[in-house]
Amino acid sequence: MGLMTFKGGVHPYDGKELSKAKPVRKLLPKGELVYPLSQHIGAPATPVVNVGDYVLRGQKIAEAGGFVSSPIFASVSGTVKAIEPRRVAIGNMVNSIIIENDGAYTEIGFTACEDYSKLSNEEIIGKIKDAGVVGMGGAGFPTHVKLSPKNPDDIDHIIANCAECEPYLTADYRRMLENPEKLIGGMKIVLQMFPEALGVFGIEDNKQDCIDKINNLIKDEKRMVVVPLRTKYPQGGERQLIYACTKRAINAKMLPADAGCIVDNVETLVAIYNAVALGMPVMNRIFTVTGGAVCEPRNYDMYMGTSFEEFLEESGGFMKECEKMIAGGPMMGFALQDAKIPTTKTTSALVCLDNDEASKYTPSACINCGRCVDACPEQLVPSKLAKFADTGRKGEFEKWYGLECVECGSCTFMCPARKHLAQSIKTMKKQILADKRKK
Amino acid sequence: MDKKFNVTSAPHDRGRMDTQKIMLCVLISLLPATFFGIYNFGYKAAIIIIVTILSCVISELLFNIIIKKENTIKDLSAVVTGLLLALNLPHTLPWWMAVLGGVFAIVVVKMLFGGLGQNFMNPALGARCFLLISFTSAMTSFSYDGITEATPLALLKEGEEVDPLKMLLGTEAGTIGETSVICLLIGAIFLILMGIIDIKIPAAYIVTFSIFILLFGGHGLDMTYLIEHLCGGGLILGAFFMATDYVTSPITPAGKIIFGIVLGILTGIFRLFGSNAEGVSYAIIIGNLLVPLIEKATIPRAFGITKVKEVSKDE
Repeated sequence: MGLMTFKGGVHPYDGKELSKAKPVRKLLPKGELVYPLSQHIGAPATPVVNVGDYVLRGQKIAEAGGFVSSPIFASVSGTVKAIEPRRVAIGNMVNSIIIENDGAYTEIGFTACEDYSKLSNEEIIGKIKDAGVVGMGGAGFPTHVKLSPKNPDDIDHIIANCAECEPYLTADYRRMLENPEKLIGGMKIVLQMFPEALGVFGIEDNKQDCIDKINNLIKDEKRMVVVPLRTKYPQGGERQLIYACTKRAINAKMLPADAGCIVDNVETLVAIYNAVALGMPVMNRIFTVTGGAVCEPRNYDMYMGTSFEEFLEESGGFMKECEKMIAGGPMMGFALQDAKIPTTKTTSALVCLDNDEASKYTPSACINCGRCVDACPEQLVPSKLAKFADTGRKGEFEKWYGLECVECGSCTFMCPARKHLAQSIKTMKKQILADKRKK
Repeated sequence: MDKKFNVTSAPHDRGRMDTQKIMLCVLISLLPATFFGIYNFGYKAAIIIIVTILSCVISELLFNIIIKKENTIKDLSAVVTGLLLALNLPHTLPWWMAVLGGVFAIVVVKMLFGGLGQNFMNPALGARCFLLISFTSAMTSFSYDGITEATPLALLKEGEEVDPLKMLLGTEAGTIGETSVICLLIGAIFLILMGIIDIKIPAAYIVTFSIFILLFGGHGLDMTYLIEHLCGGGLILGAFFMATDYVTSPITPAGKIIFGIVLGILTGIFRLFGSNAEGVSYAIIIGNLLVPLIEKATIPRAFGITKVKEVSKDE
C-alpha cells in the first residue's frame, strides 16, 4: 500500500531546508505588544482591562464575546497603554489592546492539574475554553466549539494535523521534534473525551524523523497511530487530510464531525495540553522566520503580540533585498505592506522572499488546458469558476460547485496563463456567501 | 523599514510551466513528423511548412497591430497553428494557397473570435477544411516520388491492396505530416510524458473508432484492415495533435472521454459512408462545435458531494 493522500494537489518549492535544522529559541519582546481582539473566527473578544491597568503574564485581558469566540491573554507583564485599532496581517484595522512590556515577565501563577484523567468532559472543555485555545494552524476556529460536536458518540477519529504542507514552514516540525510529549499529551486528553475514537497523527513523509519519533513514543498507546502521508500541497487541508486518513470525503456544507472526525493542528493540541494539564492559557507558540531574503532563518518561541519587526531584527534583517513579506506560508499566507504588524495565535511564519516572481507575471488568455482541474483538490474546474466570477455569473458559479473551493491556490500555482484564478474565485465566494447571509 | 513590500493575493509562488513553454513542447513533439515529411516529400514540403508558419505568424502580428491589441505572437501558438496546418497539406499545393490557409486559420478562425483561447474551432483544421472545399483538386491530388498516386486510405476505399508496413513508416502518398505513424507516435509519447496532453481524448477516439470499423467496416475481425484504417487518413495526427487542442476540446475529465467517443463515431461514419476516404478533419471540427454542450453536461461533481446536487432552495 502506498502512502495515503488525496486526488489533485501540487508540488511547490519546499524551502523547509532553510530553517528546519534550527532549534527553537526564545525571543523576549522589547517594545509594546499588540493584541488584536479578533484573532479567531467568531465574535471579537471584549476587553476586561482599562488603559493604565497593570497586567501580569497569563492574565486575561479580553474575554470571549460569545460562544463562538475566544478570550485573549497577556504574554508579558506590563501596563495597558492603549486600546485602539491597529493594522493586522490580513490588512485591515482591528481594535487591539496595547501593552507596554515591563520586561519582568511576572506570571500570574498557573495551577497544574495533578491528574487530568479524572476530569470530566465538561471540565476539560471549560479549561480549553478559558485558556483561549483556537485552531492555531491558521483558521483560528475556537477549539472548545470543535470539541463539542452534536453527536459525540459518532466521533471515531481524532486527527492531529501534522502535515505542515505549506512550503517554508517548520514550526510544527520543530514542535514534533522538541516537544512531542506535549503533542501526544494533547491527543491523550482529546481521546479521553471521545472514548470510541482513534488518535491519528497524519505526517507528511518529508518529515520521516517526526514519523519515527512519534511512532516510538506511542508504541504502547493502543489508541494512537501515525499515518505517513505523501508530501503534497494541500495535504494539511482539513478535507484532504480527513480523506487521506480515513477515506471519507466531506464537502463545504459538512463539518469534520459529520465524517466522525475532529482535526486539530500540532500547536492546537499542544495548547490543549498546556491548558488542561498545566493550567496555562495561550500565550506562546512556535513561529518560523524564513525565506531567501532573511540573514538567519530561524524558529522562535514567540510571545504572542510581538511585532514581526522584532523577529526580523533578531534574525539579522535582510541579506538581500526583500520583495515580499508573507504572514504564513507562500501558498495561503498574506502579503504584508511592512513589518509593523503584531503576531497572533494563528501566526505560524514570516516568509521573506528575495524574488517575488508571482507579482511579476502578467495574466494572459486562458487556453483551457485543464491544469487547474488536475491540480484542484476539490475536483472543481477553476478556469470556468474564475470566468464566471469575473463576469458576475453567480448562478453558474454555484452550479459548477464554486462554493466548494477551499482557497488553497493550487489552481493559480499551476496556471500557465498566470491567471489569478484563486483570487477571482475567493472574491466571488465571499460575495455569494454575504448575499446568502442577508437573505 | 519604511519601504513597502509587494502586496498581492496568495499564492505567492507559481509553477514553472507557462503557455509559451507548452507551445514549445508541442512544436518539439511535431519535429519528427516534420523532418520525416521533408525527407519523404523533398524541398517542396519544406517550402510549404515555412510559408504556412510565416503566413500564420504575420497574420497574427498584423491583426494585432491593426486592432491595436497587445502583440501575442510570443506565445508561439501561431507557430503551432502554422505547423499543424502545413502538416495537413499536400506538398504539391501551390504556395499561395498555403498562405491563404494560414491567413484564414489565424484571422477568421482565431483572431476574429477573440484570439488565443476564444476560438471554438481548431484553427488549423478550420483552414484545412476551407482549403478542401475551395480548392478540392489541389488539396486532394497527392503524389509520391513525382508520380501521382492516391493515398493508401483512398486505395483502401476502392477495395485495393495497401501495405500496412509502409503506412506505419510513412513512405507513401499523403499530406506532409500525416504519413509516418511512427514519427507521430514518438511525438505523442513525448507530449504525454511531459504532461502536455491527456491520454483520454486520443484513447477514447481510437478505441471508439476501432470498434466502429470492426462493427460496420464489412471486414469482420480483420486486424490488418483495422490497422490500415488507424494508420491512414491522418487519424493519428488528428487524435493526438488536433483533437487534443486545449481550446477546442472539453476541460472536464468526463467530457474528454465523450468528446473522444463522438470523434470516433463521426470519423467512422464519414469514412465508411461518406464519399471521401478521409473524415478526421470534419469529425474534429464538428466535435469542436459540441464542446460547450459536452462541458455543460459533464460538470464534475465536487469532492465530497455524494448525492445528486439538491435543487437550491433559495433561488
